[in-house]
Amino acid sequence: MLKIKNLHAKVEGLKILKGIDLEINAGEVHAIMGPNGSGKSTLSSVIAGKEEYEVTRGEIIFEGEELTEFDPEERAHKGVFLSFQYPVEIPGVTVTNFMRTVINANRKARGEKDMPANEMLKKIREKSELLEIDRKFLSRSLNEGFSGGEKKRNEIFQMAMLEPKLAILDETDSGLDIDALRIVANGVNKLRRPDNATLVITHYQRLLDHIIPDFVHVMLDGKIVKSGGKELAYELEEKGYDWIKEEVGA
Amino acid sequence: MELKDKLLSSFLAFEENVDMHTDIHEIRSRAIKDFEEKGFPTRKQEAWKYTSLNKVLKHDYTVFPKKEDTIDYRDVEKYFIDDIDTYKIVFIDGIYASHLSATTHEKIDACLMSSALNSSKYKPIIDNYFNTVAPKESLTSLNTAFSREGAFINIPKNTMADKPIQVINFSTGNESALLVQPRNLIVVGENSHVQIIERHQSLTDHPVLTNSVTEIYADKRAIVDYYKIQNDNHQASLIDNTFIEQHRESNCSVHTFSFGGNLTRNNLNFYQKGERIDSTLKGITVIGGKQHVDHNTLVHHIEPNCESHQDYKGVFGESSTGVFNGKIIVNKEAQKTNAFQANNNILLDDKATINSKPQLEIFADDVKCSHGCTIGQLDDDALFYLRSRGIPLKEARALLMYAFANNVLESVKIPELKARITKIIALKLGVNVGYSL
Repeated sequence: MLKIKNLHAKVEGLKILKGIDLEINAGEVHAIMGPNGSGKSTLSSVIAGKEEYEVTRGEIIFEGEELTEFDPEERAHKGVFLSFQYPVEIPGVTVTNFMRTVINANRKARGEKDMPANEMLKKIREKSELLEIDRKFLSRSLNEGFSGGEKKRNEIFQMAMLEPKLAILDETDSGLDIDALRIVANGVNKLRRPDNATLVITHYQRLLDHIIPDFVHVMLDGKIVKSGGKELAYELEEKGYDWIKEEVGA
Repeated sequence: MELKDKLLSSFLAFEENVDMHTDIHEIRSRAIKDFEEKGFPTRKQEAWKYTSLNKVLKHDYTVFPKKEDTIDYRDVEKYFIDDIDTYKIVFIDGIYASHLSATTHEKIDACLMSSALNSSKYKPIIDNYFNTVAPKESLTSLNTAFSREGAFINIPKNTMADKPIQVINFSTGNESALLVQPRNLIVVGENSHVQIIERHQSLTDHPVLTNSVTEIYADKRAIVDYYKIQNDNHQASLIDNTFIEQHRESNCSVHTFSFGGNLTRNNLNFYQKGERIDSTLKGITVIGGKQHVDHNTLVHHIEPNCESHQDYKGVFGESSTGVFNGKIIVNKEAQKTNAFQANNNILLDDKATINSKPQLEIFADDVKCSHGCTIGQLDDDALFYLRSRGIPLKEARALLMYAFANNVLESVKIPELKARITKIIALKLGVNVGYSL
């Protein structure tokens, strides 16, 4: 599904990604772990198409197409979804209206008509139940005054509505208490299908107790330096990152 | 001939058509002298520093249009808020258009200034209120000198107007250039309530200049909600002079929605003459091209324990220019005043300009006054967030502009009007956002 080859990227002249190789197949869950500043969030922004990040070398192939050729909205239309570490507040636009705009923008891009209102409401109800989201919440302004947990839950709710092929969860566990973490993880797990894939980016292993990865990658200084199975996450939790730094001579 | 000279000589012609032996005509005669002395404002005056009338005054305006032009309702239906029942006071080229209007004299008076000026029934009201709220400034004096027609709205005490009143001024292309000067008087009695929607609409590409004066008198505990829709075509300029005198515990709001027009100047003045008064001034400006919109506001706090709330938002594209000049005066006696002012702007292009200037003159010591002004661009992170969800750039920008302007719409009390304004903003931004705010 996703093939990243020798990806280099910089922002404001600073080299952040220094040769990433990563392959994700349909049905798989991958986790990228690494200390602060290792480039994890940059990688997710680059895949989603943030313009401040300049790809200087390498390629990102998604379902056979070079993603860097496309605008962020086109990448979304192709099925790439990024759950933001810091979702943006949009005062004056309710969650429901935002969802309606988003769903119909994606349908329009596929040449489909607007989703009928009753179908939309049904889908919103169904997916909000999955994330245990209260109805009142849906008529609030998007992310405005939301707690950290509510913001993240709302991100996964959007993911549930959009049903992307590739979901990237950027530090989705930060700011979550244990109950919210369980709800979010449960939502993500229920959305897993043989034809979609998930990339979890995280500091800590605790999210991976709930969303079990098939592969764990360790990122240091803009490169993936070690890959393994889920047991690698436990090892990192126990021993920190220093032993890997020594191992790879970084 | 210079427009000023033309107007002075037109006044003599005007006198031939009105009764000169009236109190009103004395007021007019004094006003034309005042205008003769002062002339049109220039940029040398502080209040006109950022708005030049030069270009607008260059046209050879007709002051007296020839005749009433008939307009078919179907052709202008779209300029009315037609999905709710309203009273309508409609003028074409400054002349009353009965076939488009729906006036009343039942519980309230929603009718014509011309009939109020000429009827003995309304003489006490005219004597008490006409030209008492508006100060003697050159443009108001010019309007006063030629005052003959406009809306006259009188709400007796303890009365709630049963439906909103629309005041619409159309101008047609009969004249190659037209100057119109509507004169409105609105008197709202104790404990009474009225909602008014005002619109100036040119139906021609010929230049039109409107110099409008509206006096509003709000008695004790009166509630007045006034909405101005400024979405005229690009050859039409508007100088709107609105003066509001408020008395004890009254609550007045003016919302100004500026989307169209060539040059628009809003002189909006509130005078608080009693305690526990609430005044609200809100505006949304969305313009582009070479459009110019100037909000010049004054809130004069004269008595203690009053509040004023100003919130103006502007989105300026291409080489459009905006001005916000907000003056707050707090008299020495006006202790415990709460006066808030905010002016937030987004510049979409390098050539767009906004001049924002708060002026606070505070002579009391126990007051809360705050003012804030921001000028910025659309937030890149927010744009990326929306685009990453599949919303195309143009719609994402429009959505953020909506979000930006939204809280100004929140206080609009007529839902159909709110929906209409939302739609105008969407059209203005050239997108179909596909939902209502």
